[in-house]
Amino acid sequence: MRFDFSTCRQTIKALKTNKMRSFLTSLGIVIGISSVIIIMSGGAGAQSLITNQIQGIGGDLLGILPGASDDEGPPAAVMGINITTLVYDDVKAIDDRVEEVVAASAYVRGIAVASWQNKTKDTSFLGTTANYMEVEGGAELSSGNFFSVDTKEERVAVLGSLVADELFGNVNPIGERVKINKESFRVVGVMKERGLVGFQNQDDQIFIPLFTAQKIMLGINYLSFARAKVAEGSDVEYVIDQVSNVLRDRHGIADPSQDDFSVRSSEETLNTLADITDALNYFLGAVAAISLLVGGIGIMNIMLVSVNESTREIGLRKAVGARRIDISLHFLIQTIILTTLGGLIGIISGVSISFLISVVAIALGYDWEFIIPISSIVLSISFTLVVALTFGWYPAQKAAKLDPIDALRYE
Amino acid sequence: MIELKNVYKEFVNGEVVTKVLQGINLQIGRGEFLAIMGPSGSGKSTLMHILGFLDNISTGQYYFDNKNVSSLDDDILADYRNKKVGFVFQSFNLLPKTSVWENVRLPLLYNRGKTDLSYVDKAIKSVGLEHRKNYLSNQLSGGEKQRVAIARALVNNPDIIFADEPTGNLDSKSGIQIMSILHELSKMGKTIVVVTHESTTAKYAKRIVQIRDGEIVSDEVNKDVISTETLKGQLK
Ligand SMILES: Nc1ncnc2c1ncn2[C@@H]1O[C@H](COP(=O)(O)OP(=O)(O)O)[C@@H](O)[C@H]1O
Ligand SMILES: [Mg+2]
Repeated sequence: MRFDFSTCRQTIKALKTNKMRSFLTSLGIVIGISSVIIIMSGGAGAQSLITNQIQGIGGDLLGILPGASDDEGPPAAVMGINITTLVYDDVKAIDDRVEEVVAASAYVRGIAVASWQNKTKDTSFLGTTANYMEVEGGAELSSGNFFSVDTKEERVAVLGSLVADELFGNVNPIGERVKINKESFRVVGVMKERGLVGFQNQDDQIFIPLFTAQKIMLGINYLSFARAKVAEGSDVEYVIDQVSNVLRDRHGIADPSQDDFSVRSSEETLNTLADITDALNYFLGAVAAISLLVGGIGIMNIMLVSVNESTREIGLRKAVGARRIDISLHFLIQTIILTTLGGLIGIISGVSISFLISVVAIALGYDWEFIIPISSIVLSISFTLVVALTFGWYPAQKAAKLDPIDALRYE
Repeated sequence: MIELKNVYKEFVNGEVVTKVLQGINLQIGRGEFLAIMGPSGSGKSTLMHILGFLDNISTGQYYFDNKNVSSLDDDILADYRNKKVGFVFQSFNLLPKTSVWENVRLPLLYNRGKTDLSYVDKAIKSVGLEHRKNYLSNQLSGGEKQRVAIARALVNNPDIIFADEPTGNLDSKSGIQIMSILHELSKMGKTIVVVTHESTTAKYAKRIVQIRDGEIVSDEVNKDVISTETLKGQLK
């Protein structure tokens, strides 16, 4: 048969006269297709984020958090509850007693208002131990030195690159005195730009000695968390056990279920993250599948209505020589147009939502990339066609099988 | 070119069997202008549908150009409907909200051979509707609609035109117009079969077949066939 443009025109006319009906009909397809795009774009973004994170940490780190944690949920400390059980001496003991731990660093964190001359910046300070650089593989200095003594309450600071930029601009900060929460610190070093690691912007913070932070800034003697760098080639699970044993020994805990701390490897943490994105993907995948199914049924329903409404027209077309294949193509084309419109709207909204997600993620400081995999577009278009053909088939066959006489007599 | 031999047609709907045609014998030659007359329900439309390959027979034989129609498959029948015959229905059956031109073009969409779109304009011209070419079907009067239907029937240049009560939904003036167009076509050599129950419509035909309860009761030459002059007079 000749390609019948009037089919397209009629379909579009029918769509226009029934805007609401058409919209509701293709809503399922719209949701389904945009879910497909969001899943694949979000998946690619999350993948890049996780890969960047793993590279940023630089090898296997153990994270030691105060407070118990069941294997599933996040440790209490993450939820902002202060637990005072983890102290500097614990970390020292881990460093000394566990052979496979190369170095263990301790951390406290606080909010900082930093100022130099007339410039002020809201940031945070990280009180940490002198071996910070050794533990955190990805951290590097761009100038000056990191502080070298743990036990003194020295007022020295190493600036994150962003803080240095914003306060000092082109001026060399080394040797200058900055005010952090009214206390005066001498700048001894500036860090290289590092970006986001462990979901914290490493460039937007000031590093000060642990004891200074604990005693002078916060008035506490416990830690927010600690990290231990595991010697290359060692069994991470075994090291976790060793670290746990040291802590149990120091805290007088006999029964592991009574642990007041939790130890996790960075890999494990990232795996948890990957699991969460996976779960999200399965959820969106289910949404996509259900929407496409419901959308397909909606399309089939509307096409059956359309076949019914055009019974006389089908009879006429047959009377002037249309073959079965012509009639079924006529309705398949209608289905494809209707579904494709839904699919296109779905692609547009999927891409827009993915873009919004990336904008929000970047605004929150994540190292997120806005990626629309070509495969997601290809997959969407194929899904659309599959839905159109699957659910358009039956109505088209029904139309093609109509007896011309019955159709012409139909009132 | 058409020969029906002892044709029976019955409709079966579950338990109910409706016997409609009961032993029809009929021959129609090329160039004839034939009227099939009979009261409502006598089987005229059914007969015409059979002749036009829209319906099949229950028993008997139907030869079209010496081919046994019962032996032809669906796609060939579709092709026959497309090229060999043209239909005009009582209720026009135009595509709704579609232009005159597109309505007339419709059969060409299903013509698998070479098609020349200039036939569309020629057909529209032959029914005197050039000035309505771009009108939508629902913007036309009944008479104009039926003329579009005739143009559509003509567009593939068929051998024979079947018109089932073509004037049934029209006022008498439009009816005369339609019949005079068919009269013209007949003069140009087309075979025309008109189904009607009105004698005013039948008088244009050269041969009148009367049918009652599915049987042919008379088949005669129309001695009072309307002359071209009288027709012209009526059109004024
Ligand atoms: N599909 C059908 N099923 C059952 N009966 C039918 C069907 N089509 C037509 N008939 C019956 O056949 C008879 C003849 O119908 P028809 O050929 O339309 O008559 P006419 O055109 O002469 O008025 C009528 O009684 C009608 O009810
Ligand atoms: Mg009838």
